[in-house]
Amino acid sequence: MQMVCIVCPNGCRLNVEQTEEGIVVSGQRCKRGEAFAIGELTDPKRSVTSSVRTTVKGYPVVSVKTDGEIPKSKIFELMDMLKNVTLHEPLPIGSVVIGNLFGTGVNVITTTQMEETDE
Amino acid sequence: MKYDVVVIGGGPAGLASAVKAWQGGASVLLIEREAKLGGILKQCIHDGFGVVRFGEKLSGPEYADRFVRALKETNVQVSLLSFVTRIIKQDNMYVITYVCKEGVQTVQCDRIILATGCRERTRNGIFINGDRCAGVYTAGSAQNLVNMLGVMPGKRVVILGSGDIGLIMARRLTLEGAKVVGVYEAKPTPSGLTRNIHQCLKDFDIPMYLSSTVTRVFGKTRLERVEICKVDEHMRPIAGTEEIVEADCLVLAVGLIPENEIARDLNVPIDGKTKGAIVDQNCQTLVDGVYACGNALHVNDLVDYVSESGETAGASAVKNHKRDLREIKTVGKLLYAVPQRLDVNSDVDGVIMYFRASEELSDQRITVRADGETVFTKVYGKLLPPEMERISVDFSKAKSLGEITVTLEDK
Repeated sequence: MQMVCIVCPNGCRLNVEQTEEGIVVSGQRCKRGEAFAIGELTDPKRSVTSSVRTTVKGYPVVSVKTDGEIPKSKIFELMDMLKNVTLHEPLPIGSVVIGNLFGTGVNVITTTQMEETDE
Repeated sequence: MKYDVVVIGGGPAGLASAVKAWQGGASVLLIEREAKLGGILKQCIHDGFGVVRFGEKLSGPEYADRFVRALKETNVQVSLLSFVTRIIKQDNMYVITYVCKEGVQTVQCDRIILATGCRERTRNGIFINGDRCAGVYTAGSAQNLVNMLGVMPGKRVVILGSGDIGLIMARRLTLEGAKVVGVYEAKPTPSGLTRNIHQCLKDFDIPMYLSSTVTRVFGKTRLERVEICKVDEHMRPIAGTEEIVEADCLVLAVGLIPENEIARDLNVPIDGKTKGAIVDQNCQTLVDGVYACGNALHVNDLVDYVSESGETAGASAVKNHKRDLREIKTVGKLLYAVPQRLDVNSDVDGVIMYFRASEELSDQRITVRADGETVFTKVYGKLLPPEMERISVDFSKAKSLGEITVTLEDK
């Protein structure tokens, strides 16, 4: 089967075959392509970026991301979890908002440096 | 007040140029119209920024934060919520008038760096007819609503334009619960990266329709329906192919144009192809003391190069010399090349040039010549107009620097 690697902007077109010896990948320009293809067939994962609500002045919402990849099938479950998060104080960039997602060890962290403003 | 350098715009180009100018010993004022620094990166919460510069995938706000931190280590003065209304030249100095919370302010400076970024093409720019209803947004406005204000622009969304911004908004709106009916693209091929088509559309089963565009919008107060048309190879709608799609939101991701209102006031000559100022390798425009960088100069694909040109402008804005400019002529299938001039009285080794091909091309060779002598050449297997290329040219090895050309031709 054909697949496009999404690891980097190169977007290598991969040929992936399921053989008796296992999954054989060709077309990748680096090793990450092979790992991506095998992952896509066995346990597809994605990083997620989104935002959460806050009550801090000047920040109706603040941007967040997963600091690693989570199972693709859990993306909308994560979005539902983020809907229930509200931050009440200005947090430094990189603060953990939700820890250890789905037992994967991956956290949701803030990606904006929040500052107290009088705006 | 008098500064050596005033930077207009606090996005990635402005931040990088202000830091560099300060490091070069200049007194610097940075004028930003918004309440926070970072420019458009603040709302680009997706990741993929900084791969070239930092070797890691950062989100937009994280990328901006690194430069805001660097700026805080300097004595650059920052004036937020400030809008430049007028610049004039008086007694060999620039006099800048801007409006801010304190009222109308005036500062003087020797050098100006224009880091004003770019603007989105709007509904008027692409001639969509129909009702004047709410619910039609540029992709950047929709992104601002969702990512900065936490407000959804609609529930059932049509996206016009398959560039990366359109694709990324399709995913973002889907994640936040909207139904994205489809991404429509007038060209026969998608404009965005293949990677984004997969991770933004295919992952979420969002359909893309090529050679199709929005020709009309309907809605009494709020958008209710859009008319979609197939287009021919000249991107003209084909009669009889009209189709009505229900939607309460139309997101337009149909191109970016450098913002150069201030440059025009200063009579800075503009390149008709880039829509930005004509500059030399130091990002100085044809008007002495006025520099342009980042997306105000030409629309970049990667923020890493926006920062790079900001640094070039900042570093050179502290130098003082009489220029001797030579035109860099483009030959062949080049959409454009930047810089358009070479100042032979300043450093000519390691001149960074950016170019785009005018169409999709295979097996091409780019050659830079000075008086017929080749000073740089490189072969490309494939070139696409949406993908900007960067080369570093050493003109110092040329015997003479009279006529300079950049040629893109078949290998």
